[in-house]
Amino acid sequence: MDFNLSKEHLLVQQMYREFAENEVKPLAEEVDEKEMFPVETVKKLAKYGMLGIPFPKQYGGQGADYLSYIMCVEELSKVCGTTGVIVSAHTSLCCAPIFEHGTEEQKQKYLPKLCSGEWIGAFGLTEPGAGTDASGQQTKAVLEGDHYVLNGSKIFITNAGYANVFIIFAMTDKSKGTRGISAFIVERDFPGFSVGKHERKMGIRGSSTCELIMENCIVPKENLLGKEGKGFAIAMKTLDGGRIGIASQALGIAEGAIDETVKYVKERKQFGRALAKFQNTAFELADMKASTDAAQLLVYRAAMGKQEGKPYTTLAAAAKLFAADNASDVTRRCLQLFGGYGYTREYPIERMMRDAKITEIYEGTTEVQKMVISGAMFK
Amino acid sequence: MKIVVCAKQVPDTTEVRLDPVTNTLIRDGVPSIINPDDKAGIEAALQLKEKCPGSTVTVVSMGPAQADVALREALAMGCDEAILVSDRAFGGADTWATSSTIAAALKKIGDYDVIITGRQAIDGDTAQVGPQIAEHLGIPQVSYAEKLEVEDEHTLVVQRQFEDRYHIIEIKTPCLITALAELAEPRYMSVGGVFDAYREKEVKVWGLADLEGYVDTANIGLKGSPTRVAKSFTKQAKGAGEVLKDLSADEAVEAIVAKLKEKYII
Amino acid sequence: MSKNVYVFTEQRDGEIQKVGIELIGKARELADALSQEVVAVLLGSGIKEKAETLIKHGADKVIVVDDPMLAEYVTEPYTKAIYEVIKAEEPEIMLYGASSIGRDLAPRVSARVHTGLTADCTGLEIDEETKLLRMTRPAFGGNIMATILCADFRPQMATVRPGVMKALAEDATRTGEVVEFPVTFTDADMNVKIREVVKAEHKAVDITEAKRLVSGGRGIGNAEGFAMIKELAEALDGEVASSRACVDAGWIAKDEQVGQTGKTVRPELYVACGISGAIQHVAGMESADYIVAINKDETAPIFEVADLGIVGDLKVIVPKLAEAIKKAKQED
Repeated sequence: MDFNLSKEHLLVQQMYREFAENEVKPLAEEVDEKEMFPVETVKKLAKYGMLGIPFPKQYGGQGADYLSYIMCVEELSKVCGTTGVIVSAHTSLCCAPIFEHGTEEQKQKYLPKLCSGEWIGAFGLTEPGAGTDASGQQTKAVLEGDHYVLNGSKIFITNAGYANVFIIFAMTDKSKGTRGISAFIVERDFPGFSVGKHERKMGIRGSSTCELIMENCIVPKENLLGKEGKGFAIAMKTLDGGRIGIASQALGIAEGAIDETVKYVKERKQFGRALAKFQNTAFELADMKASTDAAQLLVYRAAMGKQEGKPYTTLAAAAKLFAADNASDVTRRCLQLFGGYGYTREYPIERMMRDAKITEIYEGTTEVQKMVISGAMFK
Repeated sequence: MKIVVCAKQVPDTTEVRLDPVTNTLIRDGVPSIINPDDKAGIEAALQLKEKCPGSTVTVVSMGPAQADVALREALAMGCDEAILVSDRAFGGADTWATSSTIAAALKKIGDYDVIITGRQAIDGDTAQVGPQIAEHLGIPQVSYAEKLEVEDEHTLVVQRQFEDRYHIIEIKTPCLITALAELAEPRYMSVGGVFDAYREKEVKVWGLADLEGYVDTANIGLKGSPTRVAKSFTKQAKGAGEVLKDLSADEAVEAIVAKLKEKYII
Repeated sequence: MSKNVYVFTEQRDGEIQKVGIELIGKARELADALSQEVVAVLLGSGIKEKAETLIKHGADKVIVVDDPMLAEYVTEPYTKAIYEVIKAEEPEIMLYGASSIGRDLAPRVSARVHTGLTADCTGLEIDEETKLLRMTRPAFGGNIMATILCADFRPQMATVRPGVMKALAEDATRTGEVVEFPVTFTDADMNVKIREVVKAEHKAVDITEAKRLVSGGRGIGNAEGFAMIKELAEALDGEVASSRACVDAGWIAKDEQVGQTGKTVRPELYVACGISGAIQHVAGMESADYIVAINKDETAPIFEVADLGIVGDLKVIVPKLAEAIKKAKQED
């Protein structure tokens, strides 16, 4: 057992940190305040390979590995939760299912554009009536000759406003229940496809979260991803991977909050001494540091599980359950250490607290993770 | 065009602190970085390569084995080859011996067109090694470069900074340029570049034996250094300042001017 | 046998640069300690008439190399000239200004002559016992000082930054020798071509790079208050900085803000005007070498970090200070 990062991972971590510090952090406040999707940052992410990290070079990827991708989301999220989830949703929820379930033609067609950042990816599973109960899909797909016709709508779709490619789930055979669900690669320009209302959110406010509307949307037959009826399995498998990304986002937010707080308590004085000199401050931060380190171990373990091709469903669920809960807890406690200043927008800590909350909800709520973990225990 | 960049791994001196009790340098946990001027030199070299297709960029560093990571970083930014000049025999070198050692490595490389070094390194701030290398190699130099253009295969045009002016200088290859940090804003490593740097590319290590015939052993390391550090010490810790009150404005001005003169600030 | 203390006295557009005069002052002290002479080396075109000034400031002798090729600084012709002077004269010590000229020339010369060179010295003295030149310089971003010797090679060479050494007052009665030193240049010596010389106006320097900063806080009253801050900064050849209060009030650009949410600066001089010294501000400037604070409120925390604190009205003091500094500079 080896808990040390390899030389490659240490160097790529240094690169992520430099990039996050210089390119992402300075914009984080504005991205939040103005609910601004950081278009220019995304171009820079693409330029340095951060939109196709774990995929082979033959598909335009960086030829790196899953852990290095997860570390990217972590480092970006330390300074900006929005930027972290853009990379996570693009990579885990769009590129990964194409890479893992796509035909060679589909991979050749989509991955180079996605990995280079020319196109941004998104994932459409959630519907107004199908959230945690994703099996209740109302969107229908009917095969008509050489194409499918999709009808229905999706909500809360991350990256939607700027994405060019969507992995869309729809019922091809309602009588078969979840085995009647199929997955499709849908381009933004396909006839009958449109992006609807933009959600105004509590946190990760710069991420573009919209509804998708499909009205007689024409999807070529060759854009079926996997086989008909395999959609639900693809969705669940994709979310297993996505959860490691979100767990890493949560991890990064907690680490970022601790970094800011350590800096603040060393400088801020009350009763004639730095806050860091008070035992309450020190013990709170020690506690948070230990639990955040634990979250990191869970996240990296899940990433390594996926990377090494081992079953990782419960590892991912445990990582997300713990890291998300930790992010909310840590940001809340850090804000308390900041006191009144922490409640103002002068400091990033209130933003981090708002950003943390979503990690307990999306890509499977905390309760879903508990179902996954306990389900495996009782099998 | 064969471009060679000389880069040094340095402690990030902005992170160096003095222990307030012992008044000694705290170097533990101080990260090592590529010297900023050198990093600008790497970027300038990569830009030259992009402008002149078919060019290669080789990065050379002299230092201990740990400097490997600085060279990997340069490779991850896009350099083609890396050479670490490293041997116990090179240790303790001053700028003169350092430059003669690096010049030996450059002679061994041989067919360079342009050598780029940083103007100076942040741990020593001497700005000597670049010009000294150029002299050892007998090639022209332009230091303090803030802009660099390629005119043709054998001609560079450099904007050379002075305190009160700049020169636009035409220089023929082979030549040596020392880069200011302003010369080029360094790119980041790319993710794939990092993995390639470790998995596809190599850092060659050249020791004394590899430089045989290119350098006189009397001119390397501590023994080959004309200068010696007789002693080093930390600056006096700052004492508490003085606060003057109830002065007239003129008295206050006089007090400030006197202090600034005493400190040679004016 | 090497002998005497030589100073490369740089000229630009035929004007002797101040750093050369300062170095002659130091060289005088060193030469006296060795009972030797101070020799200034002046390179340029049509420059001989300026030699007299160097004698009046402490040189015993001036060696002039006069050639059109030396009008504007270019590495190779200058290196050749200095090298030939060193070969012929065998100096014991040779000093250069650590300007962008001296820092280009001196290392090239050191490599050609095969001798040591110590950069950016802040202290130079003769060791009483060994008669060696003790060269003291900062390293590690100024965190440590090192004293360096060059025992076995001559000349012992050092560069010194402008403003570090003190020039001697001009003494009109001093006399000395001015000699022309012939150097034969060929076209090959001009191994680069200057296409253009562009003289620059004072350009604004990023505050993290500036050597001297005058910083305004809430106490300056309003945006117009920066006029006097600027005047003082100009008098000190420095730049204007600010605390967060003024940036938030829209009096000045965010680029100039010092502190935790702004920039961290380490100038040699930081003059804080009307800045209370909130911890967030102090975090960004406490590493300055010398801090002067002017504030009405004697309990302001800025006084805890200041080397020199003045309790008083900055609106009166700052303009007077700018005047006084300009005057002091003229007298120099």
